[in-house]
Amino acid sequence: MNVSVRRAGDRGSLLELPDNAAAVRAARLLRKERPDLVDVVIGHTTVLVTWVEEVSDLQAIAERALVDEPGPCGRLVEIPVTYDGPDLDEVARLTGLSPEEVVARHTGVGHLAAFLGFQPGFAYLTGGDARLHVPRREVPRTRVPGGTVAIAGPYAGVYPRDSPGGWRLLGSTTAVMFDAAREPPALLAPGDRVRFVAA
Amino acid sequence: MTRIEVVRAGLLTTVQDRGRRGLAHLGVPPSGAADPVAYELGNRLVGNPPGAAALEATLDGPTLRFDRPTAVALTGARMPEVRIVDVLDVGRCVGGVRTYICIRGGVDVEPVLGSRSTDLLTGLGPAPLGAGDVLEVGPEPADELPAEPVPGRVLPDVPVLRIVPGPRDDWFTAAALHTLCVEPWRVSSSSNRVGIRLEGPPLERARHDELLSEGLVTGALQVPASGRPILLMQDHPTTGGYPVIAVVRSDDLWLAGQLAPQQRVRFAIDG
Repeated sequence: MNVSVRRAGDRGSLLELPDNAAAVRAARLLRKERPDLVDVVIGHTTVLVTWVEEVSDLQAIAERALVDEPGPCGRLVEIPVTYDGPDLDEVARLTGLSPEEVVARHTGVGHLAAFLGFQPGFAYLTGGDARLHVPRREVPRTRVPGGTVAIAGPYAGVYPRDSPGGWRLLGSTTAVMFDAAREPPALLAPGDRVRFVAA
Repeated sequence: MTRIEVVRAGLLTTVQDRGRRGLAHLGVPPSGAADPVAYELGNRLVGNPPGAAALEATLDGPTLRFDRPTAVALTGARMPEVRIVDVLDVGRCVGGVRTYICIRGGVDVEPVLGSRSTDLLTGLGPAPLGAGDVLEVGPEPADELPAEPVPGRVLPDVPVLRIVPGPRDDWFTAAALHTLCVEPWRVSSSSNRVGIRLEGPPLERARHDELLSEGLVTGALQVPASGRPILLMQDHPTTGGYPVIAVVRSDDLWLAGQLAPQQRVRFAIDG
């Protein structure tokens, strides 16, 4: 298997990898070996890199991520959730489960932080129970409160701050997903394992 | 220290510097001046160190009262109605939409993640200026006011932005890239520092499956389901699931930062 490289303007490249785990490993290698890169952004199965002065050997470095031993696993982060979200009953109806079963399935499996985006500290979490893969709302809400725990398609996530949003809202957490004054500012990094716990 | 009272905020005036570089992996947009050429020039003209924070006015500039004589440079879009009588009244912008108000010493607001820039997408940094706000100015820089010749600059009526195709040009028909380069696109009125919406014929997709979310660069021409491209500006989200047909060259981004609503713009493949 290869890493394919696509141009992303005159100061960037998009590297395509076979899966998210390889993208996480490739991003770590690229950061370590090319500290002069401006941004190294993990996508679902991609890594976007940007530079000021063009950097060579990106493909060769990323390809080592395909054969390297899996790196150290990310941390395990527990997120306490009060399951009182406005869409809990709707998700139960869509999935043919009871609200209690929805909560049991959401807390029952570990999730993986695949990549960040949308808002600072918003991690797209994969690996959730397949029965809970529900479509986004037809009409997004104009305001979802910060700390809301939500699902959509194959993803789960926590809104870091008040923002518009089209996901299905299951509950809320007191965990602080992003704090610009904290180091690191984002609670979750790609590769972290996440478990939701009923509070 | 100099203090500035905001008498009138103008249409949209934000604090901008070089932005938050290298934090896209946290979901933090780059932010920073939308016309970096004008911003850097203004800072040089008042002897500021690179990266000092300035005010970015949009279409209709603010009215500011300084509590002592201060060196100020206005760069970017021209301001035919600017007045300085007790207060600095910037007035409306012509020949572009953004004017930079660079004050000797720089605007001294609390930096967030290494930058004083307002980020309209995520709310990081200071809020846009409001009437009655008081801004502090930073300490006098060591450099004297330079005698730099100021290059004249005229924005063409229909600017041509050079693009590099990709990263997802193969998700579109061959005709789509051709259409992108031959059509004069119109800038939608619902454009802002997050993105410039372009009106014209839809760009046709060759692939209709869903793209998994991937990283985005400033200048990307992202094509949502409508087929009408959105040119991503400094406050753009860091990842997205719509394919990017081409990216504007970094040297031409300042032109995008001066595009006015209803103005026309063209794209040309370069590289």
